[in-house]
Amino acid sequence: MMKKFMLVNRRAPYGSIYALESLEVVLITAAFEQDVSVVFLDDGVYQLKKGMQTKAIATKNFSPTYRALEDYDIDKLYVDADSLAARGLAAEDLVTEVKVVSSSELAELMEQQDVVLSF
Amino acid sequence: MLHILNKSPLEKPALDTVVRLARSGALLLIEDAVYAATRGNSAEPKLREAMARLKVYALMPDLQARGMADRLIDGVATVDYEGFVDLVAEQPNCQSWL
Repeated sequence: MMKKFMLVNRRAPYGSIYALESLEVVLITAAFEQDVSVVFLDDGVYQLKKGMQTKAIATKNFSPTYRALEDYDIDKLYVDADSLAARGLAAEDLVTEVKVVSSSELAELMEQQDVVLSF
Repeated sequence: MLHILNKSPLEKPALDTVVRLARSGALLLIEDAVYAATRGNSAEPKLREAMARLKVYALMPDLQARGMADRLIDGVATVDYEGFVDLVAEQPNCQSWL
């Protein structure tokens, strides 16, 4: 049975393991052909920032993977407009195409889900 | 004193506490704290307050990793790992605001 899954990302990348773990779960849910929405909220919007160069911190730059999600039929990527604005960012600063949503649109989306996973 | 901060200003209140309690010396932003030194961040007024009393540095490798190296607020200096060590050596003591 197909369920509606939402993954909510609220942490910056690299400072903790949450962003990478969430990405692993996104790929797993895709493998089970579920209806997956991925939300970037609060510091989670930083996960999608263009131009990451991680060589000097000896960590893998996983941001290109977000661009490949479409190949796994994950095309519901939502970014909270207020979170972007509070960080001086805009949609064109992000590595992939996303839908920028208002608080009320995001609240509505959350209520529609069967399962919400927080990272 | 060297104050070392590693948390994003929009996730944890550590920068507020540094601004409240750090009198003089230097503030080094590392890991997720480097976001505090980027233009347009809503914590910028707080960082400006810190800059009035402390010399503020951001760790360049952490800015680069996060794709934020070209958004540094004017007046914030950058250091690499060697510069980090120099700051620790120059200051009489240090506090890590974990």
